[in-house]
Amino acid sequence: MSTVDLKRKANLIRQDIISMLVPAKAGHPGGSLSAADIVTTLYFKEMRINPQNPNWADRDRFVLSKGHAAPVLYAALAEKGYFPKDELLGLRQTGRMLQGHPDMKRTPGVDMSSGSLGQGLSVANGMALAGKLDKKDYQVYVLLGDGEVAEGQVWEAAMAAAHYKLDNLTAILDYNGLQIDGPTDSVMSSAPLADKWRAFCWHVIEVDGHDIEALEKAFAEAKQVKGKPTILIAKTVKGKGVSFMENQVGWHGSAPNAEQAEQALKELREEGLSLGE
Amino acid sequence: MANKVATRDAYGKALLILGKENPNVVVLDADLSKSTKTAEFGKNYPERFFNMGIAEGNLLGTAAGLAAAGKVPFASSFAIFATGRAFEQIRNSIAYPKLNVKIAATHAGISVGEDGGSHQAIEDVAIMRALPNMVVLVPADGEETRQMVLAAAEYEGPVYIRMGRLEVPVLFGEDYHFEIGKAKVLKEGTDVAIMANGLMVAAALEAAELLAGEGISVSVVNVSSVKPLDEETILRVAKETRAVVTAEEHNIIGGLGSAIAEILGEKLPTPMVRVGLKDSFGESGRPYELLEKYGLGKEGLVKAVREALAKK
Repeated sequence: MSTVDLKRKANLIRQDIISMLVPAKAGHPGGSLSAADIVTTLYFKEMRINPQNPNWADRDRFVLSKGHAAPVLYAALAEKGYFPKDELLGLRQTGRMLQGHPDMKRTPGVDMSSGSLGQGLSVANGMALAGKLDKKDYQVYVLLGDGEVAEGQVWEAAMAAAHYKLDNLTAILDYNGLQIDGPTDSVMSSAPLADKWRAFCWHVIEVDGHDIEALEKAFAEAKQVKGKPTILIAKTVKGKGVSFMENQVGWHGSAPNAEQAEQALKELREEGLSLGE
Repeated sequence: MANKVATRDAYGKALLILGKENPNVVVLDADLSKSTKTAEFGKNYPERFFNMGIAEGNLLGTAAGLAAAGKVPFASSFAIFATGRAFEQIRNSIAYPKLNVKIAATHAGISVGEDGGSHQAIEDVAIMRALPNMVVLVPADGEETRQMVLAAAEYEGPVYIRMGRLEVPVLFGEDYHFEIGKAKVLKEGTDVAIMANGLMVAAALEAAELLAGEGISVSVVNVSSVKPLDEETILRVAKETRAVVTAEEHNIIGGLGSAIAEILGEKLPTPMVRVGLKDSFGESGRPYELLEKYGLGKEGLVKAVREALAKK
């Protein structure tokens, strides 16, 4: 898919995120919108996957460690054809397939259940170790939040990924600077993030998490790195694409009402038109 | 009962069988491989052995990822760290998605001995039993451990195996047949039943012998599969004896005694006495001295049987 097509797809995914959160009446728009360009680039450019065969043994894997951003994953999976788009409107509702946080047993295309923060990198390491054991060439991707890295397990896993030289693993850190209780720098300082990961012997790429071309280049670079895992520290804007949600901590975990959603969708549709949708 | 084998030693040997027979079996440890006896597997199958360092949360999470990609991971550490430190990784990354991880923990119970209460897991069965999708197994001797480890590798889904540090009497030969979800009546009796697991099974057999000398007929049931529990056998034996003593090297809250009380309470109210730690931690000491001190020796069991009989 071309870069401009990826931008259009990311715009559609943002619209899906807003639309599915309205009937759900709860969920996490901020961190879903911040990750939309990253997830779009992965699912529509980088990853070797087959929606007709979600459990294909040779597929690339994706672990959404910041599982509360489930809407962006669900939108990407639906756009990709893993399940009908109608399912998006059943998000978080009793008896429906799309749980509040990703559930691999209920949703085709979800490679790992997640949502309890700090656990995804360890799981991704396990998948990458299995790939090496089986001499398979699949890649494993894992998306972390910047608030999430306060969890000690992330650093246990960071140490282990470097120890086992997991060069088939790429982590992406959605560096949007906000978490539930406020700016990450005031809740628990995690800076300097790039230096921390370098000190843990990772290859670090700092990238604009909304610049799809730059993300494509960064993923290509990550694949070339041998003998160590790579992390993209992707600078993002929480709520990206919806003016009144951008950089607003209040949109971490509350859904828009119908009126707010209409405003958001209007903005996104205008952006889409400017991209030639 | 002269021969003794620690269940952890039998585990190490069973892993070697699996190493040879099943190329998908991998083993993870947290810097305790000499104690948990996974080191020998590591020596023989280095590419399938992962030392994760002293980081149990990451160890269990990595095991989940290996399982999600088709491996059959055996994740080992001491019971206290495997189920305590890494509880929520087990809960959310293994039990919730029902991934095929075998948590094979050693050094459970007060028979850990000298290391003291901080290292003696007395709540692990309760914790694991409360998790949906989790199978909970407690072997009585080396042979049962061997069969249990092989059965766990065949079973698809998460399994917790609780093993000990101490050498315990050999009870079973190769003709013994362990099955997940089945209890074994080792001795038929009519007056009272001792339902035990782990090293308490050997103590129960000794107590039954002592009591036979006094004309008291004791059934002994090995309930090594705590979950799923063999309701049919438990109800049948309880109906025959009309008095039950449960015996486990674990807190009396939440373990085998609780599991049996839950079934009997709902389906066949029966006088019961639970032998186990009376909601207390252990301490440092020689294993058999500690077992005596906390009422887990054969004398403690004999006393419990008399109490149960008095309730009939």
